[in-house]
Amino acid sequence: MERKGVKVLSSFAKNMSLPFAFVIAVLLGFAILATLSGDGISITLNEIMQSPSNEHLFGTDELGRDILSRLVAGVQVSLSVGFWVLVLAGTIGTAVGIVSGWCGGWIDMLLMRITDIFLSFPGVLIAICFAALTAPDIKNVIFALGLMGWVSFARLARVQTLTVKKNEFIQAATLSGVSPFMIVLIYVLPNIAAPLIVESVFTVAGAMLSEAGLSFLGIGIQPPDASLGSMLREGARYMLMAPHMVVVPGVTLMLLVLSLNLVGDALRDRMDMKSSH
Amino acid sequence: MWDATKILCYRLFCDNIHRNVGFIEKGKSLALIFYFLKRVLWIIPTALGVVTLTFFFVHLAPGDPVEVLLGEHALPVDRQRLIESLGLHLPLWQQFVQFIKGLLSFDLGQSFYSGDAVSSMIMKRLPATAYLALMAILFAMLMAIPLGVWAALHKNKWQDRLALTFSMLAFAMPSFWLGPLLIILFALYMQILPVSGNEEWSSIILPAFTLGFAMSAMTARLLRASLLENMASDYVKTARAKGLSFSKATRRHAIRNALLPLVTVVFLQAGALLTGAILTEAVFSWPGLGSLIVEALNKRDYPTIQGCVLFIAFVYMFMTLLSDIVYALIDPRIRYGKEGG
Repeated sequence: MERKGVKVLSSFAKNMSLPFAFVIAVLLGFAILATLSGDGISITLNEIMQSPSNEHLFGTDELGRDILSRLVAGVQVSLSVGFWVLVLAGTIGTAVGIVSGWCGGWIDMLLMRITDIFLSFPGVLIAICFAALTAPDIKNVIFALGLMGWVSFARLARVQTLTVKKNEFIQAATLSGVSPFMIVLIYVLPNIAAPLIVESVFTVAGAMLSEAGLSFLGIGIQPPDASLGSMLREGARYMLMAPHMVVVPGVTLMLLVLSLNLVGDALRDRMDMKSSH
Repeated sequence: MWDATKILCYRLFCDNIHRNVGFIEKGKSLALIFYFLKRVLWIIPTALGVVTLTFFFVHLAPGDPVEVLLGEHALPVDRQRLIESLGLHLPLWQQFVQFIKGLLSFDLGQSFYSGDAVSSMIMKRLPATAYLALMAILFAMLMAIPLGVWAALHKNKWQDRLALTFSMLAFAMPSFWLGPLLIILFALYMQILPVSGNEEWSSIILPAFTLGFAMSAMTARLLRASLLENMASDYVKTARAKGLSFSKATRRHAIRNALLPLVTVVFLQAGALLTGAILTEAVFSWPGLGSLIVEALNKRDYPTIQGCVLFIAFVYMFMTLLSDIVYALIDPRIRYGKEGG
């Protein structure tokens, strides 16, 4: 028994250490960069579009702003958008999914038809539509992306709830008079958490990409605030004169998304292993 | 008409039964047809939901189109006249009824700015986007099929890991970054391809590659999984046992069957590519549907946004339907009801 526990632990370390180390390295890198950077908003017109140098590690943009500083601000925006979209989409989606799976009947039918309607929009289109029609700021971007993200949580939570519901311990709890709300909270939620956690990681990565996409189209974060997407937008405009303006935010975005995807994949493999035992 | 469809379904269905299972069960083809019918009928409530959602998104959104059109300092008389000419003085439900009536005759309304019919604007831009999407699928398949097969044949070796790394990178590379990178590399430094627009034949290469890149990564991984599953299956083992060489068994049996699920992916992706095209077209100034939406977004041209969103959503829905039907046709194990499994 003990040996098996050690084996599981060591295989966990083997599978997970690389992606986690990667994420920690990326985040640590940004933390170090953040201490080096300025405010990223002050305009210096005699230093526009400078290539990377000792003074400006990643060069300057078309208004002479330090790209490193803007990058740090942009990553902060990405991370907070990712986090809040996850909170919004995860809460709504999980709640809808559990209610749908638990209650069954016409409630299930109705809720699933609604998710079907949302699914018949290609995800980003809802976000583009919503973001375009509301005032472009970070709150509306989060709301727009949450609107698109809850569906996958709902589906996942529903299927998982249906499986868990069949278990005898649920029946036992129902028979002994525990209220449905408490059953869901104490017995269902912990048992369906694993796949939802995997989904969460991918949702954060997807939200970061989508936020950048919206900002790239000009309907996300607005200047002078920095976001990786709006930096790419400005960079693409001047890419023939100052390629570093588009390369630097792009690499950053890719590293962020890549590290999250790696963690998500590793977690998913881990869960598959568990289910096959 | 009905008979012809039935015969076609039956033939395709039986073909697959022969290929995969080896015998025909009576009455199964009828089940398949009911599945198709049910699936097609589901389109109606879903489409209604999509229309309603889009309409209320556009009409309940904060921000006054009249103010956008006339500016803050417009005279009240002008405002009133514009409100009436746009039909905005009617109660919301009447506007909705009008809108549905228009939809039934393929009328998506008029642009606030040019006054052109939105449907004709879409039709004018559609060919460029369709061309881009088709070329993107072609590029994606040309990259994905060799890569997926290569990865599966060298399972867990360095080739497989290389293919996996490639797809991880592709997933993390948004088109609005890949596009500029390709422009910098091929148009700026090497100067062999045009930067943007659609004037030369070679203009399509960079946008199509950009749009198809993520799709190729996904397809390659899917093909790898599908091929590995087929290679481990009994019929390939039988073929090997009967003395077929490894490469022949793989080529003649496993690869052929592994390619089947790709067909459905192509349909599904074709719908999704239209959305991807919004960003790709913005990068390359490609004169298609995506640029139309971006232009409309920047001008807050509500009817055009609404029309384009609806159009893309309907194409997407239709493609999903097609993919479901094709999937059921090529995989007889699919039955309605077992779907949620």
